Amino acid sequence: MAAVDQPGTKPETRITVSDGALIPDRAEGSLLSAWRISFYGALGLVVLLPIISPHPYREIMRYLPDGILRTFQVTLISIFFALIIGLFTGLGRISRNILINRISTIYVEVIRGIPLLVQLFYIYFALGRFLSLDRLVAAILAMSVCYGAYMGEIFRAGIQAVPKGQMEAALAIGMSRSQALRLVILPQTARIILPPIGNEFIALLKDSSLVSIVAVSDLLRRGREYAATTFLYFEAYTMVALIYLVFTLFFSKLVAIMEERLNTHGR
Amino acid sequence: MADKDSATPSRIRIEKVSKSFGSVEAVRNASLTVNAGEVVLIIGPSGSGKSTLLRCVNRLETATSGEIYVDGDRVTDPQGNIRQIREEVGMVFQSFNLFPHLTALDNIALGPRKVKGLPREHCYEQARALLARVGLADKEKSYPDQLSGGQQQRVAIARALAMEPKVMLFDEPTSALDPEMIKEVLDVMLQLAREGMTMLVVSHEMGFARAAADLVVFMDNGEIIETGTPADVFDSPREERTKRFLDHIL
Repeated sequence: MAAVDQPGTKPETRITVSDGALIPDRAEGSLLSAWRISFYGALGLVVLLPIISPHPYREIMRYLPDGILRTFQVTLISIFFALIIGLFTGLGRISRNILINRISTIYVEVIRGIPLLVQLFYIYFALGRFLSLDRLVAAILAMSVCYGAYMGEIFRAGIQAVPKGQMEAALAIGMSRSQALRLVILPQTARIILPPIGNEFIALLKDSSLVSIVAVSDLLRRGREYAATTFLYFEAYTMVALIYLVFTLFFSKLVAIMEERLNTHGR
Repeated sequence: MADKDSATPSRIRIEKVSKSFGSVEAVRNASLTVNAGEVVLIIGPSGSGKSTLLRCVNRLETATSGEIYVDGDRVTDPQGNIRQIREEVGMVFQSFNLFPHLTALDNIALGPRKVKGLPREHCYEQARALLARVGLADKEKSYPDQLSGGQQQRVAIARALAMEPKVMLFDEPTSALDPEMIKEVLDVMLQLAREGMTMLVVSHEMGFARAAADLVVFMDNGEIIETGTPADVFDSPREERTKRFLDHIL
């Protein structure tokens, strides 16, 4: 929404607020954009704090990289499985086979209705009675199953956003429905859903901090371990928060650039 | 095929076809035959069911009752192999419906490659020849959004021809075009008609009808009201409704 310019108001206090709160507007390219202030501010602190004040920040920075790697491991593996689950769920949601359609819809409804933290507890602790899952496996399973449901909705919306005429044109030259989906619909869906999937990736990166609760040594867990032995909670959690911030801001910028590219060269 | 019927030379035979959408009867008891090499034009006010009838021919819509045969094969057979029939029925849409993620050349070659499974080289050679035939030899690497409406529609015609159909269906092929682009599309259609393609066309292009159509069919309110040569229907319509419609569009 554009701010309405009224006579008498100071124009320099007025800014244009973009609709997508998560997605920085690249057109707003001023040197002091909110994204630049936050990103370079956070990055600067992550670099400078260990230099200015080696104790404790350099020690913290030595302690955290294992956790960063674990966080990315959980995030990347989970997003990979979530994409696969999401693709089939999305296809199931538009399936004309009533059984497949119902199963995928129920999956989406149930999973979206349960908090991720509860799902994590459920898979690790509750189901742990029957199948003793490794904590890392349980964490990745919970994240994949949860985000698979959200991805399913993104895939469904993306498939349905392709104009109806595309399927008709594909069928008219003699393609089967699955050929039409594979060769005509899904390639177009991919372009449509790339930005929302990027946003899901960022959300998953942040939500992956929940796995620390089942004692997976991710970024948050490592910070907590450091704090527990040194009692430097402020310093440890400041670094943890800054590192999350640097990564999420970096990826949100990537998504914004990607979205812009797709809009200008949209095909 | 079990339902093969080769007693008549008809390429499209529509027998007492009705199509309902819920309680709305879009097509009512329509019968129409298109013989090999004929060009038949369907005209009528919007909502008269002409596009619906056309879409029943390759079963993009399934007729509620009645029978349709294409080259003797029964389209309306629920157990029949509709994909095989669709390979022989080319269709051109009002909104072109080119595949936006593929170049003009890939759009044309996709069907022969994936549906017919023909060798890649052969498909692209044929696609190039077709592009040249519709006057767009220099556009093979262009994506649909880089082409004008008229150019897109000509690529769409080439895409349909690539399947080497026995019959071509045109669903208001010039309605979405700016006036200056209509001629380039009609020229391609005229050329096709002269080469002997069997065509069923939903369109109000009178010039094309007079130049190429063997038969003009007037539909109103889901029914076929009048059928005749272009001269008969346009110059001396028998039915009052046909007269009123022609007064509106001429």
